[in-house]
Amino acid sequence: MNNIKNMCNVREITVAEGIKARMKVEELSAWFYEKQALNNINMDIFKNRVTAIIGPSGCGKSTFIRNLNRMHETIPGARVSGKVLLDGQDIFYKGYDVVKLRSKVGMVFQKPTPFPTMTVYDNVAVGTKLGGNKNGLSLDEIVEKSLRQAAFWDEVKDMLNKPGVGLSGGQQQRLCIARALAIEPEVILLDEPCSALDPISTAKIEELIHELKKNYTIVTVTHNMQQAARVADYTGFFLLGDLVEFDVTSKIFTNPKDKRTEGYITGRFG
Amino acid sequence: MIDYNTSFDQELADLKDTILKMGVLVQGLIYRSVESLKKRDKDLAKYVIKQDVEVDWLELEIDEKCINMIALRQPKAGDLRFITTGMRIVTDLERIGDLAEDVCERTIELDEKPLLKPLIDIPKMAKLAQDSVALAIDAFVNHDVGRTKQIWEKEKEVDRLRDYVHDELEEIMEKDPKMVSRALPLLLVSRHLERICDHATNIAEDVVYMVEGRVVKHGGPLT
Repeated sequence: MNNIKNMCNVREITVAEGIKARMKVEELSAWFYEKQALNNINMDIFKNRVTAIIGPSGCGKSTFIRNLNRMHETIPGARVSGKVLLDGQDIFYKGYDVVKLRSKVGMVFQKPTPFPTMTVYDNVAVGTKLGGNKNGLSLDEIVEKSLRQAAFWDEVKDMLNKPGVGLSGGQQQRLCIARALAIEPEVILLDEPCSALDPISTAKIEELIHELKKNYTIVTVTHNMQQAARVADYTGFFLLGDLVEFDVTSKIFTNPKDKRTEGYITGRFG
Repeated sequence: MIDYNTSFDQELADLKDTILKMGVLVQGLIYRSVESLKKRDKDLAKYVIKQDVEVDWLELEIDEKCINMIALRQPKAGDLRFITTGMRIVTDLERIGDLAEDVCERTIELDEKPLLKPLIDIPKMAKLAQDSVALAIDAFVNHDVGRTKQIWEKEKEVDRLRDYVHDELEEIMEKDPKMVSRALPLLLVSRHLERICDHATNIAEDVVYMVEGRVVKHGGPLT
């Protein structure tokens, strides 16, 4: 009930501003064997907005975003209840095409994960090669477009045939973002995308997130609260599997409603 | 939840102490400025003008502390509101110090000239101004919004007294224009004291924001 109450305020604001939810999370709970990792989460993921998920280690934030494209269930002992609606359809519905879901909801992980045996070009092209071409562009066009969207084309256009793992950490991460963009998802999930990067690479990714939200809906998990403050329109604070507070980012960082949120963001616990 | 008493908490406590020190100093200036007028004590007036420099230095010191904390600690939520409120409050306190100095300048202007009439309303206004500033500082230091209501009440009372003093002096000046040089400084003193109360009200409004995150400035809801 508390979660729903917290959501009301954001709902009022977004309704007033005409912002629509791209995904709706309803009464979502998740388990690893007997251990409950998420408790009855209710939250909207707004279209063309950046939503940041913050909270201490083990609070369930990664579990939460891994449920948004059904990655959670790939772990042994994982179990879920509740609904996640993408454009009105429950992604946990029996018969829902998971491959199609993951082409709509792309993911970038904490550690850059370029395919080690592939070139830069192939890393970006692989999704289209395997999953099919959505819009009839040539492979070359898709690769260029995706790398441009990832603000990476100019740096990498002369080394498309070099191995992806030869790039720096920050470049590898942008390559992974380009790879996620190549399949033209609707939603992009970023699981601590900058935690392994230096400040300059981090700034580039953050700038990229600002650009990408024009065309995509973004959910990012971060340990770096300043990063959430810089990039996110909305922020959700998780603690021990509960969504303690979800609000407009500026409100979370200037005037949080819950004492636990205040304690966490001011560094007094967690 | 664990409450750590961090080095940042120490810095916040130190900031609060310095603002309190400035507040106490400013309250003393108001008191002595009015005493200088009542007792026609030019030496006391000059002493107050000198002391105001200390208020100015404290303003700079507190500003620097706040800016450093924002840059180095990236404060959030209640801490952020406390520090930004601190920055605003010192501007008001510094202006209050200047107004006390202005009262002293009027004392010096009046010099040896006899007073037009016994001072009755101006000391009342001075008391209200001092009390308002004291309440505002208390409200800030104790995070106590309850005290701010009294400040608004005192401000209304001071406004009423200022209008009364204004009418009275206007009448005297109209009757005998020779009295202008003796009436005008008193008119200005009532204006200075009324402005001090306005600054105390500003502090009270900032305290409401600091404690509750609510904006009550410029006619916002007070309850």
